[in-house]
Amino acid sequence: MSLEVIGISVLWLFLYGYLIVASIDFGAGFFAYYARVSKREHIMSKLISRYLSPVWEVTNVFFVFFFVGLVGFFPDTAYYYGTALLLPGSVAIILIAIRGSFYAFGNYGSKDNTVYLFLYGATGLLIPAALSTSLTISEGGYLEETSEGVVFLAGELFTSPYSWSVVALAIVSVLFISAAFLTYYADRAEDVDSRAIMRKFALWWSAPTIGASLLVFAGLRDHNVEHFRRALDLWWMFGLSLLFFLIAAFLIYSGKRYGTAFIMVMLQFFFAFFGYGASHLPYILYPYITIEGSVVNETMGTALVIVFILGLCLLIPSLYLLMRLFLFDADYVKGKK
Amino acid sequence: MLDLDGVTLTRLLTAATLMFHVIFATIGVGIPVMIAIAEFLGIKKNDPHYLLLARRWARGFTITVAVGVVTGTAIGLQLSLLWPSFMQLAGQVIALPLFMETFAFFFEAIFLGIYLYTWDRFKNRWLHWLLNIPIVIGATLSGFFITTVNAFMNTPQGFDLLDGEAVNIDPLAAMFNPATPTKVFHVLTSSYMTSALILAAIAAFMILKKKGSFTYHKKALKLTMIAGLIFTAGTALAGDLSAKFLAKEQPEKLAAAEWHFETESNADLIVFGTIDENNEISNEIRIPGALSFLAGNSFDTEVIGLNEFPEEERPPLWVHYAFDLMVSIGMYSLFIAGIFVLFSYIKRFNEHNKFLLMGIVASGPLAMLAVEFGWVYAEVGRQPWILRGIMTVDEAATTSTSVGIAFGLFLALYAVLGFFCVRVLLKMFRNKPAEAELEQRFPGGKL
Repeated sequence: MSLEVIGISVLWLFLYGYLIVASIDFGAGFFAYYARVSKREHIMSKLISRYLSPVWEVTNVFFVFFFVGLVGFFPDTAYYYGTALLLPGSVAIILIAIRGSFYAFGNYGSKDNTVYLFLYGATGLLIPAALSTSLTISEGGYLEETSEGVVFLAGELFTSPYSWSVVALAIVSVLFISAAFLTYYADRAEDVDSRAIMRKFALWWSAPTIGASLLVFAGLRDHNVEHFRRALDLWWMFGLSLLFFLIAAFLIYSGKRYGTAFIMVMLQFFFAFFGYGASHLPYILYPYITIEGSVVNETMGTALVIVFILGLCLLIPSLYLLMRLFLFDADYVKGKK
Repeated sequence: MLDLDGVTLTRLLTAATLMFHVIFATIGVGIPVMIAIAEFLGIKKNDPHYLLLARRWARGFTITVAVGVVTGTAIGLQLSLLWPSFMQLAGQVIALPLFMETFAFFFEAIFLGIYLYTWDRFKNRWLHWLLNIPIVIGATLSGFFITTVNAFMNTPQGFDLLDGEAVNIDPLAAMFNPATPTKVFHVLTSSYMTSALILAAIAAFMILKKKGSFTYHKKALKLTMIAGLIFTAGTALAGDLSAKFLAKEQPEKLAAAEWHFETESNADLIVFGTIDENNEISNEIRIPGALSFLAGNSFDTEVIGLNEFPEEERPPLWVHYAFDLMVSIGMYSLFIAGIFVLFSYIKRFNEHNKFLLMGIVASGPLAMLAVEFGWVYAEVGRQPWILRGIMTVDEAATTSTSVGIAFGLFLALYAVLGFFCVRVLLKMFRNKPAEAELEQRFPGGKL
């Protein structure tokens, strides 16, 4: 495999990791806030905070990892995206900063502060919306290279149906992934009340994820037909995604094997996300940046890959330990530890 | 604000982010060491006071870590957003330590999460203590990796330039550039020092206010002051080595800090003072020959002056004040910590003397100010370069016209984060004083 393909695969894998763990985190924030205002917090918030407290920083690192890696493997992305995305990028950073800090302030400091919780819940939906626009921009048509540098065509983005369909997909996916996970977590905790609420949420948000995906496909056909054709060539990946979705929805609906159901949800998004990513190639930013044209020099690329492998040897056992202690330790989940 | 040009605004925004972030980054590197020491003593001596210290420090630490994480994310992204041309070029050469820093932080974040939630989960307390090791290693390595990137900006190497493109790249040579050893040494020791002094300042403040358990706060003060003395001495040594490095490899930076214009041996050291437009210095304290001694341990050392450099390549002269303030605070901290430790070993003196305690209370915030002055000097002293000798900040800054709005947004963000961070920390410890928690966790003072 060539260096650029290894690089982009690694980065995409990390972005997928971020998609899953961050969705759980973002959705949980929304559900925690919802529970507070609908006066059901005594049931759900304990469950949510038991899971989130030890892992939230880890979530953030997935994202940092992705963009540091992207600039490392493909330095040209820094130039194009950097120049054009100053304002939207800044807004996303500020939302992430507010979310992370106010989570800590609320969780370790003032537990009953509704404003902190609101900021935490609202940013959980705004961040995926903001971040998803960078994927939209990568399809081309929203940046222009002029003699004065790269210019971001904000008007085009805000009036584009494609852009809004991506935002919709991002938000419903967050809620669906999160609800599916929390159903499973509530089940492990033998917390029947929370499980009932989360299961309802999961079912409620299941069909819209498919609906929004179809909208994105339709929008893509109008916006970047080349990419759309390449996606059709990979139809089997999207087919598998749909299949896993159906299994997941069936399991959650019939109220059994929530763990398996969540793995099915992960597979659903895995195939959709990699199908999208693979058909996006060779472009990182259409039509300016391709993976071949922008890849870092070979020495640095090789060094990054080596460090990456060594780093994984360190991280995987550590992540395993973290999950064993907090996710798969039945007594901890039940609140006995 | 309208009359500021894009490059100035870009620099101001970067400065705001860095100056805010460095507070939390400094504590983030240093506090884990202090927590590890306190928990070690607690287990070893079977002393609930030290265990409670570790626990309370760790609790406050979670808040500052959170702000450190999010502002670190901000600067990570701002590097690309504000300095796109720099990252496009430098990314080819120095991406490796940036990438490794994420790994180090990832590693630290995982174990910090485990550490905070497993205080009572292990029967053997030493198992919990062991979790400190990956945290301290992760924190220190993060500091190390990111400092190599900053060092690279000062003394870039490990590549050749061909038509504006970096070729023949050697990532390790870029990482281990001439500025790396002294810079890393200085950043790490000063982070440990500042963290120890801030914790000492809190303990001294509590004793002065006569609040709560004396034994608890006195133990905290003694521990942090001894650590503070060692780390301050280390910082002083690192600072001295840094000056020698500058004299050799980056002479214009040292010369600007010292207002040294003519290349000469037996050069005088100028402390504070004022300078006019003809570079005439007045009101200064002049120490004969000291600059030469500082630069090379001998009065005969020839120190290169600013006149050797074209005017447009000289750093602004006001960095002199940042440098002198940093050094003065360092001296003050060394003195205070030294007196305290001396007094505590000589029975005749009272180390809890009111004035000494007040001096210690001041040393905490002062040390943090010194860190800020140090970074201002490090960054402004490199001007006009972003990559010394290769790319200026003017060439690297974004061409975007929205920097002013972004600057306003981020200033507001940092004000909000700073305000709430302090508020939450105060509330956290006020609602649960140490003695109440001691009684609750260790009834009757027993483990």
